[in-house]
Amino acid sequence: MPEENTTPSLAIEFAPGLVSPNPFWLASAPPTNCGEQVMRAFDAGWGGAVWKTIGEPITNVSSRYSAVDWNGQRVMGFNNIELITDRPLETNLREISEVKKRYPKHTVIVSLMVESKREAWHQIVRQSEDAGADGLELNFGCPHGMSERGMGSAVGQVPEYTEMITSWVKEKARTPVLVKLTPNITDIRTIARAAKRGGADGLSAINTLNSITGIDLDTFVPRPNVGGRSSHGGYCGPAVKPIALNMVQQVLSDPASALPVSGIGGISDWRDAAEFLLLGCSSVQVCTAVMHYGYRIVEDMIDGLQNWMREKGFRRVQDFRGRSLPRVVEWKHLNLNYKIIAHIHEEKCIGCDLCYTACWDGAHQCIHLDRIAPSGNGHATPAEIEAASRRRIAVTPIPKLDHPQASAAEHGPYPTPLERIPRVDEDECVGCNLCSLVCPVENCITMEEVSLNLPPESWEERVARQSRSTECR
Amino acid sequence: MVTGDKAIVENPVVAAAFPDQHPPFEPQAALIESQRCLFCFDAPCTNACPTHIDVPRFIKKISTGNLRGSALAILDANILGASCSRVCPVDVLCEGACVMQRHGKEPIEIGRLQRHAMDYFYRTGASLRRKETAERSEKVACIGAGPASLACAAELRLRGFRVAVFDARPLPGGLNTYGVAEYKLRAVDSLREIELIRSLGAEFRFGTAIDTPSAFERLEKEFDAIFLGIGLGPMHKLGIPGEDLPGVVNALQFIEEYKTGGRTSAGRRTVVVGAGNTAIDAARAAKRLGAEEVRIVYRRDAPQMPAFSFEFEHAREEGVIFQWRSRPVAIRANSAGTAIASVECATVEVPVGGTTKPTPSPHFEIACDMVIPAIGQSPLLEFLEKLRGITLDRGRVRVDRATGRTSSPRYFAGGDCVNGGREVVDAVADGKRAGEAIAEMLEVTHA
Repeated sequence: MPEENTTPSLAIEFAPGLVSPNPFWLASAPPTNCGEQVMRAFDAGWGGAVWKTIGEPITNVSSRYSAVDWNGQRVMGFNNIELITDRPLETNLREISEVKKRYPKHTVIVSLMVESKREAWHQIVRQSEDAGADGLELNFGCPHGMSERGMGSAVGQVPEYTEMITSWVKEKARTPVLVKLTPNITDIRTIARAAKRGGADGLSAINTLNSITGIDLDTFVPRPNVGGRSSHGGYCGPAVKPIALNMVQQVLSDPASALPVSGIGGISDWRDAAEFLLLGCSSVQVCTAVMHYGYRIVEDMIDGLQNWMREKGFRRVQDFRGRSLPRVVEWKHLNLNYKIIAHIHEEKCIGCDLCYTACWDGAHQCIHLDRIAPSGNGHATPAEIEAASRRRIAVTPIPKLDHPQASAAEHGPYPTPLERIPRVDEDECVGCNLCSLVCPVENCITMEEVSLNLPPESWEERVARQSRSTECR
Repeated sequence: MVTGDKAIVENPVVAAAFPDQHPPFEPQAALIESQRCLFCFDAPCTNACPTHIDVPRFIKKISTGNLRGSALAILDANILGASCSRVCPVDVLCEGACVMQRHGKEPIEIGRLQRHAMDYFYRTGASLRRKETAERSEKVACIGAGPASLACAAELRLRGFRVAVFDARPLPGGLNTYGVAEYKLRAVDSLREIELIRSLGAEFRFGTAIDTPSAFERLEKEFDAIFLGIGLGPMHKLGIPGEDLPGVVNALQFIEEYKTGGRTSAGRRTVVVGAGNTAIDAARAAKRLGAEEVRIVYRRDAPQMPAFSFEFEHAREEGVIFQWRSRPVAIRANSAGTAIASVECATVEVPVGGTTKPTPSPHFEIACDMVIPAIGQSPLLEFLEKLRGITLDRGRVRVDRATGRTSSPRYFAGGDCVNGGREVVDAVADGKRAGEAIAEMLEVTHA
C-alpha cells in the first residue's frame, strides 16, 4: 500500500499565494516578539509566525500575566495585560526582513495596529510589505489597554470601523489581509461579515477573552498585581478552546462571513489542531502552549497529525479540512427519536460511585445502589445509604481474633463488591452522558444506542407535523 | 498539663534513633496527593475506618487549603485523629479499601494526609468548641486513661457532661503513650493530644488504682455512669526456667522504658519471642538501640504470624532475623549467674491447620544478652471478676457493640478489654459509641 509509506503532506495554501510548509503558526504574541525568536521557532518546525503586533511602540507594566491552575494542572487558563510591541518600528521591520531572507519558505505574517487614520494604515502596510511580509493580520481584537486608546477591540467591536479600516488596508495591500476577530462581542459574525465586506482575504479567530483570572485572598488584589491594582486582561489557553471552536464554526457556517480562517484558542497539541481543521480552519495559531512549554511542542504536533492522517488515509490537509462542519446544526434539526442509555461495565467498575451521586444530584435519579439490597417501593436516597454505612461497626481485621467472614458470597463475581457497583434503571435513563463523563475509568460506562422503532424526526419536523394534523382537524 | 508533675523529657539518643516511619508531607506534596482523591460517594475508606472518619471530606478540605476545617472534620469522628494518623495499620483499613487499587493506582496516602491536617491543627494552637455549651450535672467516670476512655470522655465533655478519668499510672494515654513504637508515635505527641481533651474540661485523676470493691462502691455513689477502658493485663510469661534472670524484659516493659527515657540501649544480641505486632515493634526498637543481632523466635511459619505483613517487611528490611518453628525451653545464665548467656530452643512441627508439636531434633542454643518475651497480654481477669454483675466472655467484657453497654446497667466498656486487643482506632470507636450511648441514657433519665 503506497499510502502507508508516503508521509502525508502538511503543506497548505491559506489564501491564493499564501503558502506554508505546515498549518502550525505562532500567534502574534510574546513568542514572536523578535527575529531571533521567530528563527528559532522556524528551526523547531513551526510553519509560520504572526509577528507580535507592530505599531507605535508602547510602555508595558510589570507584572503582565496571570494564570488559572486547575486541580494540580498549571495554566489551564492564561491571562495577559501586555500591549503591542515595545520595540521601535525600524527594529521590527529590519528583523522581519532578515527572517524572510533566511527563511524564504516559511510564512511571516505581520500583525498591525495603528491609530484609525487612513494614512497611518497605508504607511504601515507599505512598510511591512516592503520588509517582506507574506501577509498582514489586522489586530482588531486586543481587549486591554489598546482598546482604551481607540484601537484593538475598540475597532473590532464596531462593524463599521472594521469594514472601513479593512478597506483602507486593502487599498494598499499586495499580500493577503487577515482580520483578527475579538470574541468579546455578542455575535462574532457581525464583525466577520464587516471584514468580508471590507475585502479581507481571511480571518483569525479568536483573540483573547476579557478576564479577571482571580483575586489574592490575602492581599485582596486581583491578578496580575501591578503595584496593588489590576486591570482586566485577555484570557486564553486550554480553557478557551471550546469557546473558540464554537466561534470558528459560527463564522465558517455563515456564507456572509466565511473566509479562510486561521484558528486560534487553546490549541496545545495536534489533537486540538485537528479539531480546528475539521471545523474548516486553514491554519492554526498557538501561543499559550508555547509560552508554557516552548517551541519544541511543534515536533509532536507535526508528527502526531501526520500519524493520525496516515491512520485515517488522508494524504493532504484538504482531505479532512472542514469534515466536521456539516455535523454542527441548529438544535431544531437534531433527531428527537435517537436514544442512548448508560451501560455500566461491571468488570471495570472500581466502586467510587461518582456516577451514582452525579445522577442523583445532577441528573435524573436513575442510577441506584441496590444490587445487594433491592429496595421495594421507591429508592433509598444517598443520605439513607450513607447513614446505613455509618451505623455499621467496622473493626481492624486481626486474623487470630476474627471469625472467617461470611460476606464473601455477597462480593459477587467482579473485582468490586456487588454492593458498590451501581445499577442503571434503563427505563428511566435519559441518555444525558453525565455518568459516563464523571466516571474515572475509561470505557467503564458506555452509552449504548437503543431503538425506539421510530423514524428520525427533528423538533422542527415534529412541530410541522403537529401543526399539519391540527390543520386537518 | 495533663501530665501532672511527671513530664516526659525526650531523650536525644532515642529521638535520633527513632525518626518518623512515615515522615510528614511537604505542603505542596500534600496538596497534590489530596487532589488525587476521587471523592467517592459513601467512601469505602470511611466505611473501613472503625471511627468512620469522613475521609473524602477531610481530603477535599486539604485540597482547598482549608486545613483547620479538615482537622475538625477528622476530630468530629475521632478525637485521637493525630495519633491514629500515625499508628493506624492503614494498609488493612482506609488505604486498603481505597478504590484506586482497582484503578491500577497506588491508594491515596490517607494516613499521611490526615497527619498533615492534624499537625496543622496542633501547630496553630489546638482548640475545639463543645457541641453543648451548657454544663450538665451528671458525672461519668472513665476507668483507665487509654484511647477508649479518652474517646468516651471527650464525647461526653463535648456534650456538656462532667467526666473524670482515672488511671493508676502517672501519665495518661495508656498504650498510646507507653506502648506504641516511637517511630510511629512519640509519647510527647500522645500527651499533646490528650491535653486537648483536658482543655475540654475532662478531669484526670492519676495514680488512682480502682481495684477494690469498695473503690467501685465509692465510684458508683459519685458517678452516674462508669466506663471501663481498662485494656488488658500483664504480658504472658514464657513459663520456662531462667525467666527471672536480669536481662529478661517483656516487650511492653521494654518499649515503655525507652519511650519514657529510662532506657537507651538493648542487648548486643537480643532474642524476641513471639511474632505479633508488639514483637516486631520491640525487635525493631532493639535494633535502633544498638543491638547488633536481633532474632525473632516463633513457633510457626511466616504465613501464620499474627503481625501484619507490612510490619514483617519492615522488620526484615531493618535486619531482624526470623527463627521459625522454634520454641524457647530455657534461658541460660552465664557461669557467674549474673546475666543471660543463651536461650535454649526446641524445634517444633506445624501440621497444616493443627497445633504445634515437638520434633525429635536436638535442642539448640542461641547466644544472647537479652530476651524479650512478646507473646501477648493476658486479660485482667482478676480485676474484672471483682465487678459484680458484669458478664465476661472468654476473658473479655461482654457488651452490646453499638452502645458499649455491659450487662450491668450503669457500666459501659470498650477497647482492648472488650475486643481482646486491637488497634487504637478500634478503642476510639468503642469509646465514642459508649460516650454517645451514655449521653443518651443520661439525657433520657434526667430529662
